[in-house]
Amino acid sequence: MSERPDGGTGGAGVRQDGTAPLLEVEGLRTWIHGGNSVVRAVDSVTLELVRGETLALLGESGCGKSMTALSIMRLLPDAAEVVGGSVRLDGEDLLDLPEHAMRAVRGARIGMIFQEPMLSLNPVMRVGLQVEEALHRHRRMSGTAARARALELLQAVGIPDAVRRLDEYPFQLSGGMRQRVMIALALACDPELLVGDEPTTALDVTIQAQVLDLLRDLQRSRGMAMLLITHDLGVVARTAQRVAVMYAGEIVEVAGVDTFLRGPAHPYSRKLFDSLPERGSRDAPLAVIRGSVPALDGRFDGCRFAERCDHAFEPCRTSLPPLVDLADGQRVRCHLHAASGRPSAAGALDPPSQAVPAAAGAASSVAPAVGPFGPATTPATERTPAAPAAPLLVVRDLQVHFPLRGGLLRRPRGAVRAVDGVSLELAPGRTLALVGESGCGKTTVGKSLLRLVEPTGGCVEFEGRDLRGLGRSLLRPLRARMQIVFQDPYASLNPRIRVGDALDEGMRSLRPEWNAAERRRRIERLLEQVGLPAEAGNRFPHQFSGGQRQRVAIARALSVEPRLVVCDEPTSALDVSVQAQILNLLRSLQQQMGLAYLFITHNLGVVDVVADEIAVMYLGRIVERGPVRTVLDAPAHPYTRALLSAVPRLDRDDAPAEARIAGDPPSPIDPPAGCHFRQRCPLALSACAQQYPAPVALPDGRVVACHLHGPGAGTHLAAGPADRR
Amino acid sequence: MSDTSTFMPVLLWTDALVFLLVGVLCLFAWSCWRSENLRRGWARVAASGIGMGSAVVLALFVAIGLLDSLHFRPALDKPGEGGKVAYSVDVLSVLDVLVAPLRERRERTYSAPLAAVAFQKETIERPDGTQAREFPRLRHGGAHLADPADAPADIAWRAAAGLLAGLVAAAAFCALWIGLLALSRRSSLRVTLADVLHGTSGGANWRAFLLTASVLLVLAAPIAVLSMQYHVLGTSKIGQSVLYLSLKSIRTSLVIGTLTTLVLMPFAVLLGIAAGYFKGWVDDLIQYVYTTIESIPSVLLIAAGVLLIQVYMETRPGLFETSAQRADFRLLMLCVILGLANWTGLCRLLRGEALKLRELEYVQAAHAFGVSHWRIIVRHLAPNMLHIVLISAVMGFSGLVLAEAVLSYVGVGVDPSMISFGTMINDARLEMAREPMVWWSLMAAFGFMLALVLAANLFADVVRDAFDPRSTVRRAGFRIGPARMPDRAGGSA
Repeated sequence: MSERPDGGTGGAGVRQDGTAPLLEVEGLRTWIHGGNSVVRAVDSVTLELVRGETLALLGESGCGKSMTALSIMRLLPDAAEVVGGSVRLDGEDLLDLPEHAMRAVRGARIGMIFQEPMLSLNPVMRVGLQVEEALHRHRRMSGTAARARALELLQAVGIPDAVRRLDEYPFQLSGGMRQRVMIALALACDPELLVGDEPTTALDVTIQAQVLDLLRDLQRSRGMAMLLITHDLGVVARTAQRVAVMYAGEIVEVAGVDTFLRGPAHPYSRKLFDSLPERGSRDAPLAVIRGSVPALDGRFDGCRFAERCDHAFEPCRTSLPPLVDLADGQRVRCHLHAASGRPSAAGALDPPSQAVPAAAGAASSVAPAVGPFGPATTPATERTPAAPAAPLLVVRDLQVHFPLRGGLLRRPRGAVRAVDGVSLELAPGRTLALVGESGCGKTTVGKSLLRLVEPTGGCVEFEGRDLRGLGRSLLRPLRARMQIVFQDPYASLNPRIRVGDALDEGMRSLRPEWNAAERRRRIERLLEQVGLPAEAGNRFPHQFSGGQRQRVAIARALSVEPRLVVCDEPTSALDVSVQAQILNLLRSLQQQMGLAYLFITHNLGVVDVVADEIAVMYLGRIVERGPVRTVLDAPAHPYTRALLSAVPRLDRDDAPAEARIAGDPPSPIDPPAGCHFRQRCPLALSACAQQYPAPVALPDGRVVACHLHGPGAGTHLAAGPADRR
Repeated sequence: MSDTSTFMPVLLWTDALVFLLVGVLCLFAWSCWRSENLRRGWARVAASGIGMGSAVVLALFVAIGLLDSLHFRPALDKPGEGGKVAYSVDVLSVLDVLVAPLRERRERTYSAPLAAVAFQKETIERPDGTQAREFPRLRHGGAHLADPADAPADIAWRAAAGLLAGLVAAAAFCALWIGLLALSRRSSLRVTLADVLHGTSGGANWRAFLLTASVLLVLAAPIAVLSMQYHVLGTSKIGQSVLYLSLKSIRTSLVIGTLTTLVLMPFAVLLGIAAGYFKGWVDDLIQYVYTTIESIPSVLLIAAGVLLIQVYMETRPGLFETSAQRADFRLLMLCVILGLANWTGLCRLLRGEALKLRELEYVQAAHAFGVSHWRIIVRHLAPNMLHIVLISAVMGFSGLVLAEAVLSYVGVGVDPSMISFGTMINDARLEMAREPMVWWSLMAAFGFMLALVLAANLFADVVRDAFDPRSTVRRAGFRIGPARMPDRAGGSA
């Protein structure tokens, strides 16, 4: 990214170019009034943003990033209020404006994009009208002029067939399209500042890549300032010029993105990098941040991160750390840097007296050359290859169709082919990752293996036994051998049942041979195994954090001593540091107990850490399957390639544009004839439109369903994606 | 008298069910105490001023209703055949005994509230043999007065005395309560008093409690004093005290409101959960049934049911010993019929909730453990629907009380011999056209029903606010610290 306006340094407060900042937030403090306590969600936040610059506000959930944005927009919920500080837009303090004047600022001078496009568009209003409404409110445009401008905006945000889309309702658009409409809405009046609150978090990775590119292009071409709130380091690397890291309500580090990616100064920032699942961390446990974010309802005497910091020394607990200026405009709120007398950002990471071995490791793991899927990787140690044991699970041509009924008699009118011919194999003690975007049917595969969803066709063999047609009672003994961990730790535990009872339930049902004392003993051991205190069994789920709940869910699955655990996106609802804890736990449990995992995920970074084999799904079918290293290093299917290139990387090395795919996945009700991917595929052949490619086994042990690799397509192999890398 | 017992307890069907309900409520209260979620909900109800105030009013109504549910037949003075004690055919309740003066001092016909003379002129024979047409003196109302013209002064004097007594009683009650509160908290009387006055006591809102209780005492005392000599709310066509009729109507209303809920609950809960949980043909069947029931006008359905019961009872005259038992049976059947006509709304709600809950991951996890359908429903679904059942039961209560009045007015309600707000209104209806108007029956029914239904509605509102998860629990969603909230709770626990 050479287009950085200020030459890549982006120093805060030390601007040499002399331009007055567009947005100045100074000492902003926002409190949320709870029942008996006050939560200091935002505590003395100071930010600056010049025109044409993108500032990323980075932090985990609960650290006050959204509250900061809402305070700037003055859209706080009723319980929250700004108690101090100022927000100046072009020198004018927004906090002093009366509400009607603020309404003119919102939308016209500051545009905002929210996380959930479905919730931020009015579902009963045509999208064109929603854009026109904003134009009418702020620009007094109406009639044909407004409509023409709305059309122009929809085209600008890359909506194909915009004329038709103007008259459609939000539900007729896909998630990515809706977010584009939301962006068009935010841009309607040429705002000087665009605030994006996790604008791509709810989107799939290929769509996220499209939207991020769009935002970056729009910001460049219009010279807007952009405040981008995110928890994703990859998004920061891809879009921002400067980054501000928030922790527990305050800003702990501000830096230019390049400086930041080269050498994050604050121990918290460095921990964030370390806990990212990456290739380097495959065989060693991931770094974790112990403990959790402190409660924000009291005063702090020392550093807020001290309790969780490996480098904490005496002053950290007794005095508030100052914001220290480092080189290159990097500023950090840390005693380590204050004490060592302004060291350079790259070198000084240790407390003055202690040597910290982790520091070097941290720096190297984020060295620019090592992206998650960088091509130049050594063939690192594969996990000890399992003896060629009989496969634990064999799935052949599994189909799950959900009938669509219509008419008076509710006759089937068609079917959603959620899973349409999936074949898998999983050996004991190994991990198979099932990867794909939302809606591709990967969760349905997991659930149909456990018969939580009835399969409509195909064959599932578990431990050599065919599960087809087994009734509820015949299936029961097998349920003790295969279990599931769900995605949402909030929904997977009954809020009215104590954790101990939740663990007891499965054993009581499936292991009747264990008596009450035995079960109690096992519950204690399970809680210990997943790293929870023994007294946790007496508590209710709401007394735990998200990560702890996921530990409980894992303990529950393990309570009946299964051999196979289906992990359905077990970490996607968690913060990155907590995700690392859970991944470490899953790995160590696998080693201890010889579990086999079917690991369902959309996060390719996680795959690289946990999986032995990978299967990539697209629209109900597996397009590529093979050993994880082979597939990730040199993907054979164009979709796998697209998926990999869409992942935002830390090395800021733009993926080749041709690998990006446009458009949305087609509907599983009416998939396109021939190869399902051909409409989005940059390499589509004429054969692709005619028939679905048969799976082909390649010599390196993988199976690909693509005409490029088909038996009759030998000539295309030379130009195949595997070799073009 | 050979036999010492002077009365024979009578357990009417509705009495049995009312006391069963009380038992169930006690059990429920006990389980609330054990469950943290429910206890927190009720604590929120108690902390609300409106909730506490309406609860006091409701408690008064319930106390009257319960006293009226303890029935017995008094022994007659003369023994029956074979020297055995004979019992009266009148079934009385404890309330009847407590307010015996109200019940026993009957006039001949209408008299206005607090009147000393009858409502209509009659031709009476003077002691000297002449006849005159004038307002006759009442048998009981103001009978102690030498001259009916003294009535206003007498009433004012007695009312003032009553008011004073009420104030003294209220003050004594408040003092006693605060003393007990201080004792239970082991804090000084002064601190407790200040806490209560400023509403800062934490926990329950004792200020609202004491205020409502005091107002009720201050209102009740003058009425009690006056009703020793007068008919405070006048008399009905057959000379019964309207105040007595109103007090007796309370039980009818409460029975209808609560027992109907008891009847409809199993239908609504079981069918609603079954429809939502099993889906498929079970769902279709249940939906068809309740859609059909809902499309029949409910008054028609109820009228048909009541007529059926009436015919049944008329063809079996030997079924009941006393007329009270007969009327009571009809009341019970009315509850059943009302329940059968009213379960569809709650059923629909619960079906929707079950459809939502069955897809939740903890239910799926239970499936993965091979837990039986019944256990899933009892352990995972039902407890998470309790708030809906609770809210709709409390809110449905007032609707049912009003429905009874309408049905009795139409003539398909309770037995004509049973005292209820509906029959009171029905009796008063014809007299509305009369000049001067007989308004007190109607106004008394109106006032009592308003108090009961308003208190129930306010209480229901507070209960809904306290238990509706949407208004209390901020579930994870947006990026504003969802995962942190439980952390804090865990830290303090």
